[in-house]
Amino acid sequence: MASITINGTSHDVTADPATPLLWVIRDVVGLTGTKYGCGIAQCGACTVHLDGAPVRSCSVPLSAVGTKHVTTIEGLSVDSTHAVQQAWVELQVPQCGYCQSGQIMSAVALLDRKPSPTDAEIDSAMQGNICRCGTYQRIHAAVQRAAEMKRAIA
Amino acid sequence: MTRFLTTVSRRDFVRVGLVLGGGLMVSVYGCGPNGEELQTGTTPDGSLAPNAFLRIDTNGNVFVTSKHLEMGQGVHTGLATIIADELDADWSRVTVEGAGADDKKYGNSKIGGMQGTGGSTAIANSWTQHRTAGATARAMLITAAANQWSVPAAELITEPGEVVHAASKRRATYGSLVTAAAALPVPANVPLKDPKSFRYIGKDKATTPRVDAKAKSNGTAVFTQDVKLPGMLTAVVAHAPLFGGTVKSFDGARAKAVPGVVDVVQIPTGIAVLAQHFWAAKQGRDALVVQWDNASANTLGTAEIMAQYRDAAQKPGIGIRNDGDAEKAIAGAATTVEATYEFPFLAHASMEPLNCVVELKADSASIWNSNQFPTVDRGAVAKVFGFEPEKITMHTVFAGGSFGRRANPHSDYVVEAATIAKAISGRAPVKLVWTREDDTSAGYFRPAMLHRLRGGVDAAGMPVAWWQRVVGQNMMIGTMFDSKDGKDPSAYEGAADHPYEIANVFLDAVFPKVGVPVQWWRSVGNTHTAFAVEMFVDEMAHAAGKDPLEFRRALLTKDPRRLAVMNLAAEKAGWGTPAAAGRARGIAVHKSFDTYVAEVAEVSIVNGVPRVHKVTCAVDCGIVVNPDVVRAQVEGAVAFGLGAALYGRIDIDKGRVVTTNFDRYRVLRHAEMPVVDVHIVPSGEAPTGIGEPATPPIGPAVANALLALTGKPTRTLPLVS
Ligand code: FES
Ligand code: FES
Repeated sequence: MASITINGTSHDVTADPATPLLWVIRDVVGLTGTKYGCGIAQCGACTVHLDGAPVRSCSVPLSAVGTKHVTTIEGLSVDSTHAVQQAWVELQVPQCGYCQSGQIMSAVALLDRKPSPTDAEIDSAMQGNICRCGTYQRIHAAVQRAAEMKRAIA
Repeated sequence: MTRFLTTVSRRDFVRVGLVLGGGLMVSVYGCGPNGEELQTGTTPDGSLAPNAFLRIDTNGNVFVTSKHLEMGQGVHTGLATIIADELDADWSRVTVEGAGADDKKYGNSKIGGMQGTGGSTAIANSWTQHRTAGATARAMLITAAANQWSVPAAELITEPGEVVHAASKRRATYGSLVTAAAALPVPANVPLKDPKSFRYIGKDKATTPRVDAKAKSNGTAVFTQDVKLPGMLTAVVAHAPLFGGTVKSFDGARAKAVPGVVDVVQIPTGIAVLAQHFWAAKQGRDALVVQWDNASANTLGTAEIMAQYRDAAQKPGIGIRNDGDAEKAIAGAATTVEATYEFPFLAHASMEPLNCVVELKADSASIWNSNQFPTVDRGAVAKVFGFEPEKITMHTVFAGGSFGRRANPHSDYVVEAATIAKAISGRAPVKLVWTREDDTSAGYFRPAMLHRLRGGVDAAGMPVAWWQRVVGQNMMIGTMFDSKDGKDPSAYEGAADHPYEIANVFLDAVFPKVGVPVQWWRSVGNTHTAFAVEMFVDEMAHAAGKDPLEFRRALLTKDPRRLAVMNLAAEKAGWGTPAAAGRARGIAVHKSFDTYVAEVAEVSIVNGVPRVHKVTCAVDCGIVVNPDVVRAQVEGAVAFGLGAALYGRIDIDKGRVVTTNFDRYRVLRHAEMPVVDVHIVPSGEAPTGIGEPATPPIGPAVANALLALTGKPTRTLPLVS
């Protein structure tokens, strides 16, 4: 039995320590906003934060989580009011939506680190998140829009 | 505002179906050839018959039932916009739910009355039908208010969610009127709005934002992957590594020893491992020892298959088009041009790998899936279980992409899920999950294709002959769309009917038999025909020393809509003005699914690899229901087609797919996305499709830009190997 903290709540989970964090989040804890897309850290659909840093949860074993705090899409805000989520809705980013939890988690981590990212910084932070629907142009604009919204509040 | 299927317990799924109580339901059963209403009826007492497009509850909430699968293309928003406009609904109170399976109620008039989402037909086949559904409900609400207030109906107007009598300053919400309205006879032939008074249709995202944007930005949107039923097991399957392989023998002992694994069963398509959760099932699958029988399996690789196609391209095929005498005209031409274009197999590689949930009971079953062909899938599952199809309930949830894959004419993964549920005698609900590798290795690819072209240009630089041979698999064999005459019209759609005014045109087609399963992929045959045609036009223009745009204009004098999108894209892209240093522009125009799209790509070469900076698009899809959704579909289709043109290639080695995940099956990523600038041609024509038609032109637009930049044509895709 391991204890992990997800979105501020501690969960006792029974799982093989080698189980990827993704499947602990989805199948054991039951939070399904985090998605499976490739299982080999290639697509970013499973992106969550470990102590605020973006990681591909499909490739992080439960044993590596320890006391680090996990944040998933469900933990961003209770009412979809995080600036990044608002920008996503305002610019009508999602199409099928399957990649978007991962996209949003990567964008949030970027803006936490760099409040005013350049185009190249957005490109490189988002390069690991595939969107097969091709929403990249809107994702890019929404990251900039969210940065603007965050700066306006700050 | 919009309420989606945000929870996944069985109780909630049932609740969503039962919300009716005391509401007004308008059903428009079936549709004629133009989608017109044939018969209507009400269910006034609130009894459930989930067969309507629209219902309004006593609180004034509007529920739209989408007969089409929402897979990203925005169809939930589009269908709701049409109904809400004629109904004068309050957009913030509109919710969309997926329909069950029923050809009679939800048939698609554009695909022979079968229920299905594909061919970019959703809005086109629903346009009149859904306007009628909304207008009929509105008329009943007006009548109910007129009766209540004892005023003539003609004195009443509607505002979003309300009936208004201006003279007496009375207003009534729709919710307060539905019970009375539901008791009224359903009027026939209700007039539809004058398009000038459309409230929502054609308006931008501020007026009709996507109904699913919020749920898809907070993790609550439910995909098949997220469906969880009490006691459900997850199944992961060991499939034959070669197409056509079968299980010879297997040993499941090590799989059963994995903690969490509950069962190991043999099914027709392999060995299924069932476990408490995905990871245990996958560990169990990986621990299986399976001997495969490859006696009737495909052992060819892509290199051998393409070599066969090159041979086949030397022999005559089935004649498709023959205007004048192309051979003679080529022989007499001042300049001749020849090219052979080769196209690889492509996987759909939707973001959500394929999956399906099945709950099997003694004499009934339920399926949770992103149902693109719900009645086809239901029929196939019914055969597995030996039930009447009506005993199977199809729950349609969001698809994490599809691009055609979930419209599998053989219901491959759905049937597989059903066979697993049957193999464990329905002891538990089963969620079949394919890994990314399973998904990419399973076939049903866009077929590999080869186009051989020969053309002749006269002394004035005008084409006098066009000769084309198309080689590739017939993807219709064994499907409901098989014409049984050996032809697959999708192989030459957009080529045999190319619009260029050339006196001598010949096209034939060869359909080799190859043991790799193939299927439609976003824009179907247009994925390669548009490339072959538009690239070859540029090759001929290049040989004639003409500007590609002027060359096309001279050959398109009888095709005003095509000409208009081409001219608009060229103008907006600054065609004729110098591009930035090191860059060149290429143009391509193509009609597919009755929609015209022209694209101008601005391209340079960075480190030996094409870099697409900007794509200027012009689109004519008739009346536009949601302009922002149209723009989004064009942006997305450009990205999808560009990724394929640059990188897309399934490699098969000795029968085995080797490009099984995103490390080797490359797709477009964020930094490679060009600026996509979309211009919509205003139109009063009936709406046509938008999910697919912006895909075909991007490949040739980029290749044509490279031809302008380097003088070298692109003959083999992908561009980057
Ligand atoms: S599922 Fe983790 S990166 Fe794709
Ligand atoms: S929105 Fe569909 S994969 Fe990104």
